[in-house]
Amino acid sequence: MDHGPAVKLGTDNASPIKSKIGVILFFVYLIIYSGFVAISVFSLKTMGNIVFAGVNLAIVYGFGLILLAIIMGLIYNAICTAYEDKLNKPKQDENTVVK
Amino acid sequence: MIYHANFTAIVIFVIFVVFVIGLSKYFASRTRSSEGYFVAGGQINWGVNGIAFAGDYLSAASFLGICGMIAFQGYDGFLYSIGYLAGWVVALFIVAEPMKRLGKYTFTDALDSKFNSKSIQLMAAISTLIVSVFYLIPQMVGAGALVTPLLGLPQWVGVVMVGAIVTIIVATAGMASTTYVQFIKGGLLIVFSSVLVFLVLKNGLNTTPSKDFHKYVTLQAAVDKDGNVGLKGENSPYKINSQYKQSNNTFVSLANEAGILTWWHLTEKGGQAFLDEAQSKTVLEDGKVLYNGEPKEAGKFKSVGRLSKIIMDGKEVEKTGSLGPFKFLATINNSTVVIYKKTPTAITDGLNKVTVWYPEEIPGSKMMKPGVKFKIGSNKWIDKLNFISLMLALFFGTAALPHILIRYYTVPSQKDARKSTIVAIVAIGFFYILTLFMGMGAMAYGVLDVESSNMSAPLLAKHFGAILFSIISAIAFATVLGTVSGLIVAASGAVAHDLMDNYLDIKLTDKGKVKAGKIAAIAVGFVAIILGILFKGMNVSFLVGWAFAVAASANLPAILMLLFWKKTTAKGIAASILVGIITAVGIILLSPSMWEKYGLDPANAPSPLDNPGIISIPLSFITLVIVSLLTQKDNKNLVEEKTDAVKTAVG
Repeated sequence: MDHGPAVKLGTDNASPIKSKIGVILFFVYLIIYSGFVAISVFSLKTMGNIVFAGVNLAIVYGFGLILLAIIMGLIYNAICTAYEDKLNKPKQDENTVVK
Repeated sequence: MIYHANFTAIVIFVIFVVFVIGLSKYFASRTRSSEGYFVAGGQINWGVNGIAFAGDYLSAASFLGICGMIAFQGYDGFLYSIGYLAGWVVALFIVAEPMKRLGKYTFTDALDSKFNSKSIQLMAAISTLIVSVFYLIPQMVGAGALVTPLLGLPQWVGVVMVGAIVTIIVATAGMASTTYVQFIKGGLLIVFSSVLVFLVLKNGLNTTPSKDFHKYVTLQAAVDKDGNVGLKGENSPYKINSQYKQSNNTFVSLANEAGILTWWHLTEKGGQAFLDEAQSKTVLEDGKVLYNGEPKEAGKFKSVGRLSKIIMDGKEVEKTGSLGPFKFLATINNSTVVIYKKTPTAITDGLNKVTVWYPEEIPGSKMMKPGVKFKIGSNKWIDKLNFISLMLALFFGTAALPHILIRYYTVPSQKDARKSTIVAIVAIGFFYILTLFMGMGAMAYGVLDVESSNMSAPLLAKHFGAILFSIISAIAFATVLGTVSGLIVAASGAVAHDLMDNYLDIKLTDKGKVKAGKIAAIAVGFVAIILGILFKGMNVSFLVGWAFAVAASANLPAILMLLFWKKTTAKGIAASILVGIITAVGIILLSPSMWEKYGLDPANAPSPLDNPGIISIPLSFITLVIVSLLTQKDNKNLVEEKTDAVKTAVG
């Protein structure tokens, strides 16, 4: 039984570092997301405070979470691409491999 | 509400559906192998795949459900937008690349890559099927809700239509056609939603949303010391017929001079009693249905939703004119909104059953923060727990949805899987910001149908003309078609590939596997049609929330622990999937919302929780850890290479 990928994937020396960065960014986002849930549950009134252009914290935080996901995604992609270009060169110097 | 078929809408709708089926047929002619059927040969461009991801994800729940929930319950609907998008963070940072590296056709392959275990194959396939069906129900409900105003047909016809069209699409083409249909639909949905939001902001807010908006009446009333309600004024055209108390609300039926009964809600303002005109649906003893006391054809059932007072820059105004995005939200925040609430159970009036939707004035500031649907402002811990549970399921559900996971296998490389996900996040994030404006717009524009919150966004489009309404409805219908196609491909993959090929070891030829997938697609489609009819009227986003909870409980602990905990065993994974499914589905079936669906009083539901995530997700994790620790000796027999494969995938 073949459980391999549908297409042949080359070796990816950048996998370990990409995975580490992914986990760090995930926890950063998780903390900020948990902040939103916590304020809503424990201090709902705070969510109604006007913080920007007549708009309350609930709206600003909500939009912020959406925009943050986009920005962090773009940053993550840029970092991953940079590492892939650096570590997956056809003839790479072993000393440059990040573990 | 009373709907009439619209010729322009029908023409645009038919053109759209024919185009979608034509596209599917075209790609079908190019699909030969099982890889082509299930994962489009793994050769889809990452940009196309990213928008197709958005197309898959922006299902009926996002467009119909979220906008509807915002229109009826304000910011609480937007919580789904926030949670649905946040879930992509888990998908991008943790799951996308390793899953791509480990799998072939389905996420079961990825889970099983290390173990080659029969129990994983079985449990993961069952989980895929259950999650897909949970996700299919709201799509079907959404389809049914759409055809009623679009074509003037009953709800069940819409459900059967979608079921039939999608089954044809999937049974003929598979993943390649599904991808391109989703790509086109995802793109169009974002473009036309932007147009709708532009029109809402350009027109601004008005206390009289449209010329033909029904003017709701309030009558002066008097209440004696025994609580009996009477009408003030001798010349009133109404007479009190009956009155009922439910919870803290008093409902009164009034008879006009022609003897027609309408329902009113007793309120008190400044020490004075009033009766506010409500909307009612009466099921007579013989099964006939009356809307506001008359047959449906009389057209007495009206649309609702408006601002009773608009405050802009500290002054009360009748209308605002064009508004910028922040000014629009700030103005609603300062204004007063009229929302409609439904009686929790039908009132028994003699031999008739009456459902009443009654108005309630609520400060805009309350609608602009959480708390209207999810009562987190109350002191009850269960309300807070329900909210946390929902946010948890939304966050962890996305990365565990089979029809989303399968899309990682349609692109050539891990890098493409990542880039697709980012394109999806940008497109979906932008769309979710629009949902707040569409929902709030629908709330203020007097277009809401109290019987179906799901129709809010298309009905908002109708406010701006038949053409925009037809286009938006056709896109929404295609949305349902596309999402249902994706789900059915995922479900058929689970049956043909995971169950038949892997678990049962039935040696099928490539052609046989595709045939089995197609037969499975037809069977799953049939089940979805039946359930879609049964769940009519429930908010589709709320239903999708359940699909997320089941996915997060059944699949996510297995995926995360396989990737990040080397002591995970095959039995641990299988047990965690089983426990996740049973607890999540069990809590849902015993929840207050289901109790209401069974026709029982929600207050008597055995489970106080509507969202199971907070119990079922940790329980699934704990099960995996305990069972894995107890079965460590199994891992000693594992082939070294398989373990290495997982190590390489996650680094």
